[in-house]
Amino acid sequence: MTSDKINKDTPWQELTEGGNIYEAGNAMEFKTGDWRSIKPIYLSDKCKQCGLCFPVCPDDAIPVNKEQKREDFNYDYCKGCGVCAKVCPFGAIEMK
Amino acid sequence: MCAGCGAPPVARMVMRALKEGDHAVVAGATGCMEVSTFIYPYTAWTDSFIHTAFENASSTLSGVEACYKAMKRQGKLPEDSHTKFISFGGDGGTYDIGIQALSGAMERGHDMVYVCYDNGAYMNTGIQRSSATPRFADTTTSPAGTIIPGKMQSRKDLAKIMVAHHLPYVAQTACINNFKDLYEKSEKAIYTEGPCFLNVLAPCPRGWGYPTDMLMQINKLAVETCYWPLYEVIDGKYVINYKPKNKLPIEEFLKPQKRFKHMFKPGNEWMIEEFQKEVDDRWNELLALEEMTNKE
Amino acid sequence: MSIRERLSGNEAAATAMKQINPDVVAAFPITPSTEIPQYFSTFVSNGTVDTEFVAVESEHSAMSACIGAEAAGGRAMTATSANGLSFMWEMIYIASSMRLPIVMSLVNRAVSGPLNIHNDHSDAMGVRDAGWIMLFSENNQEAYDNLVMAHRIAEHKDVLLPLMVCQDGFITSHSIENIELIEDDLVKNFVGKYEPKHYLLNSKEPISMGPLDLQAYLFEHKKQQSQAMVNAKQVILDVAKDFEKMTGRSYGLFEEYKLEDAEIAIVCMNSTAGTTKYVVDQLRANGIKAGLLKVRVFRPFPAEEIAKALSHVKAVAVLDKADSLNACGGALFSDVTSGMQVNKVMVPTVNYIYGIGGRDTKSTDIESVFNDLEKIVKTGNIDNPYRYLGLRG
Repeated sequence: MTSDKINKDTPWQELTEGGNIYEAGNAMEFKTGDWRSIKPIYLSDKCKQCGLCFPVCPDDAIPVNKEQKREDFNYDYCKGCGVCAKVCPFGAIEMK
Repeated sequence: MCAGCGAPPVARMVMRALKEGDHAVVAGATGCMEVSTFIYPYTAWTDSFIHTAFENASSTLSGVEACYKAMKRQGKLPEDSHTKFISFGGDGGTYDIGIQALSGAMERGHDMVYVCYDNGAYMNTGIQRSSATPRFADTTTSPAGTIIPGKMQSRKDLAKIMVAHHLPYVAQTACINNFKDLYEKSEKAIYTEGPCFLNVLAPCPRGWGYPTDMLMQINKLAVETCYWPLYEVIDGKYVINYKPKNKLPIEEFLKPQKRFKHMFKPGNEWMIEEFQKEVDDRWNELLALEEMTNKE
Repeated sequence: MSIRERLSGNEAAATAMKQINPDVVAAFPITPSTEIPQYFSTFVSNGTVDTEFVAVESEHSAMSACIGAEAAGGRAMTATSANGLSFMWEMIYIASSMRLPIVMSLVNRAVSGPLNIHNDHSDAMGVRDAGWIMLFSENNQEAYDNLVMAHRIAEHKDVLLPLMVCQDGFITSHSIENIELIEDDLVKNFVGKYEPKHYLLNSKEPISMGPLDLQAYLFEHKKQQSQAMVNAKQVILDVAKDFEKMTGRSYGLFEEYKLEDAEIAIVCMNSTAGTTKYVVDQLRANGIKAGLLKVRVFRPFPAEEIAKALSHVKAVAVLDKADSLNACGGALFSDVTSGMQVNKVMVPTVNYIYGIGGRDTKSTDIESVFNDLEKIVKTGNIDNPYRYLGLRG
């Protein structure tokens, strides 16, 4: 039984034994973005790609592409804590 | 984890120090990090992960590591496979209820890293004092009342207790300066043979009572005031990794946090003085240890 | 050809462990089981086994390390007694909930307090609902045989539960008796290789074990454990059949000694069964139809089978070597009588708490129980079903 088929209606015979999960990192399916009360806005024209914001994000909600450049927020996971906005030296993240 | 939590960036950076191609078995002590990263049927961990209980991440992992040695020796695992063993526990699961298991595992010399993410109280159960809670902090079991003004005992110095185990590598670090200190220490700890220990500051906006966006500023103030010095002890030799040119007064660290609010009431100046004295004493002791252990 | 030896119960257990050659043994000294890790660590020091011996700083860590090792993909074993098991208690439940077939030698001793190092079954009774298979052993031979069978039972895909083999502290663990050992290679073949389906050290399949299991799932996971315990009954019998083929020694869920035509019977576990057999023989010589039912498999509890085996008897005494301190009899008594009631076997049954803290149980004590049973048969009066044996006053 793979965990993507397990839900609150799954009968006992079909749950994984001992609660083991065999699909690494499947918590990506669990979205936490709706916890947010305020949200960061990415102002790409002000961003100098200095790299300070993404390692501070507690929720891995700032995607970084292959060129090591950040992209717009992933609001599926962003909880709106504002840590990124506070560390940005260029005012490229605004909390709304 | 809660918005603005200081622990996830710690875990992410430690795991990033694992070389590509290396496999890790991670053990988690019951606590904020564990309960928020592995709620059935979801796991956030991309390496192998095991949680058993609160006080025994280190002894659980010591069993995994012992099995790795036995299976490797018998040729039951691929010869070219490399597995590293990393444990995460909060300060409650490490300084308090887990200290016996931790001490045992470290003394037995298992090839593993224990990472304590220290947020200075039992945050998962609702901010109860631990032996890592700083003096005078207001917690739900050391409330600042009219007679007793918060926690009356000083915090335990766990890194030094680990040093007393004569480990090859012990370090104290925090998320600061774009994570360079944390990353480098994680890499050293993971790739130094034998038992290694990392104590990492992990501010908690709820428990400490500061705005969620201030995470990195709080980390910086902890280091700049010498409340949380960055240092490492390599085979018994102390190296202080950062000595602030202008050591900031401790009020700078205390002031933004609600848990120390009562210390700023008129008449309570003595509390700030005593807190400052403790920070100074510990900092001076560290300077002396560095000098003493590096003498030719 | 089997090997004739003279070994203590602890030596027998250590010998079985040597032949099983597990990947990890993690243990902590506690009387009377201490000798097991002592003997075993000499096997490790002399390279007779491939095992990594983890000399932990406590029993809590012993079980934690066994859980880690078994989850990692290896076989893990330990030994303990009394307070050692109490200190493991938290991890005992976690081991079974994680479905890890760890095998333990439990050398039964009284749980504190007050402190007492001698035999009773209060340690085992404290974990009877923890989801471990529990096998009891009358003597060194059974302690050895049960350990040789243990992994085949615990690791069976329909079971996947930890298992403990009990023997009486000092009485069995420290008495040297004759024993028939099985050759090393036969044990090795019998036990077989451990090939878990999922394990932590498989770098090709990272897995997560031990989740936060909330309201929507814990109930179902507990039912899975419960079903595994039901499945274990048949597996235990199947493994015993194979074991009999190899050794000629036969094991069931329990042993019936002259029970078939018995009018009065004792139900007990471990070494007391030896004493009882002696008394049964003496009474039989005098024409008294006494019999014994010795429980080997305490978990899963063979309630229906025991009820059936006792159905023809006129009076039964269940001997409990641990007082449940509950005003309604010992644990074995509760299980036996509940099994009888559910299976509509209405035989007068009384309970005796006996042998607490190493109190000697002599053949005359057992004889007095049979005398009591005869009185019950004659008069039909039970008076007090909750009795004590060998207690002053």
